[in-house]
Amino acid sequence: MKNPLESLGKTVSLGILLTVVMVVLIHVIH
Amino acid sequence: MLFDYSWWTFFFRWLHVLSGVMWIGHLWYFNFVQIPSMPKIPDEQKPAITKVIAPAALFWFRHGALATVITGLILAYLSGYSGNALKLGFGDDNRKFTAIGFGMWMGLIMAANVWFIIWPKQQQALGLVEATADEKKRAGRIAMLASRTNTMLSIPMLYAMTSTHFY
Repeated sequence: MKNPLESLGKTVSLGILLTVVMVVLIHVIH
Repeated sequence: MLFDYSWWTFFFRWLHVLSGVMWIGHLWYFNFVQIPSMPKIPDEQKPAITKVIAPAALFWFRHGALATVITGLILAYLSGYSGNALKLGFGDDNRKFTAIGFGMWMGLIMAANVWFIIWPKQQQALGLVEATADEKKRAGRIAMLASRTNTMLSIPMLYAMTSTHFY
């Protein structure tokens, strides 16, 4: 199966998704 | 006042941003420009990229990464939050430390990725060190995936680095 990171669009989308997850985590931790 | 403690803190923040632009600018050049353009370049013209442009870009890329880490750690120390941030704010009840801590950890992982995965694999892929054709192909793919991982991480990392005033 092709790695999603091979597509630049998917890389950026994953980065944005990871940002949302991180923001939620920052609020959950405090 | 010039050269007082807060000036030095500002000075290292300035150096940190300069070296960060050098690093992430090249990272995005590789991912947004060079990698997608390679298949469109005729084979006889490819050495201009692999033998000239890529090695020069990789030099500024990896040293930019090193300078960003060094100036960032000095900045965190001068600002008095290096320990709190590296602990992700646990025990401090302060979101600023959690946010900058996430940024610092992602930056450190990305810099390690540059020096310990991307650079050694690119040396093989570009033929700067001895490697068989199979090794070159495999090294190129690993370097590309590691570089893409850093591009992905750069998005939340920069959010964490620039959002602390909001928290």
